[in-house]
Amino acid sequence: MRFGVVVFPGSNCDQDVVHAVRLLGHEAAYVWHGDTDLAGYDALVLPGGFSYGDYLRCGAVARFSPVMAEVVRFAERGGPVIGICNGFQILTEAHLLPGALLRNADLKFICRAVPLRVEPSVCRWVELPKGTVLRIPINHNEGNYICDQDTLRRLQDNGQIVLRYCEPDGTRAEGGSAPNGALDDIAGICNVAGNVFGLMPHPERAVDPVSGGTDGRHLLTTIVHRVEGYAG
Amino acid sequence: MARFEILVTYKRGIFDPPGATAERALVNLGYDEVHSVKIGKYIQLEVADGTPEARVREMCDRLLANPVIEEYRIEAVGEA
Repeated sequence: MRFGVVVFPGSNCDQDVVHAVRLLGHEAAYVWHGDTDLAGYDALVLPGGFSYGDYLRCGAVARFSPVMAEVVRFAERGGPVIGICNGFQILTEAHLLPGALLRNADLKFICRAVPLRVEPSVCRWVELPKGTVLRIPINHNEGNYICDQDTLRRLQDNGQIVLRYCEPDGTRAEGGSAPNGALDDIAGICNVAGNVFGLMPHPERAVDPVSGGTDGRHLLTTIVHRVEGYAG
Repeated sequence: MARFEILVTYKRGIFDPPGATAERALVNLGYDEVHSVKIGKYIQLEVADGTPEARVREMCDRLLANPVIEEYRIEAVGEA
């Protein structure tokens, strides 16, 4: 099975994702943002970083890269598309996922491992018992998820919320558990079809016990397993 | 060349963290009359003469602003 990891000017987590996928025993290759041929890839990952310097808005310019028209087509055909951090921001700008990611509520760049709760969702690539708590690093300045109330209700009713920030014991604090102020503690969502998944945390940075733990590996293992079933 | 000025701000109800921080700082400085601070973007656009405003609006909708969270105001300010 082959993962394509899209490299935009300013991406900086592409190598981490490629490393993680290979660690899990699968092929991964870099896809340049100017490429328009996505033949041969079973899944696409838009990695973290600062595409186009985050100028204008995070992901606003990357969304018009030549490769993105093909990413949209790939997603519309049901192909697995996973956006991590800046990749999540690009997916919202491209309207593959609803809402937007604003500046963190306290204006601080946050870089630390945080507890996340797996929610019961329609995401086709996550196969973990609901309520599972994972500790995975976040590393962002704009992770404050926002959408209008109608969209939020749809996300909740459709089971599109995949991951929520939580307390270490898996509960949610009354005033919210999101370190960045995200609406409804949202850390990761998917589209209605469940094949496009965006998340702010970086599972690829938690695949080795010597650097960040292995909870990210746990999450990526389920993703790879499900994508494998899909690619069959 | 024709010149347009574009002001992009968050829609009503969208939390504006930099604005809220400046608002608190002003109140802390003793400006109790401050009710609200909103911080946005100012864009100067120079385009070919005769470019219709509808075209500029399209640029705003597609790239310069994100309609999910932002609204914008366009002002034609004459020749560049």
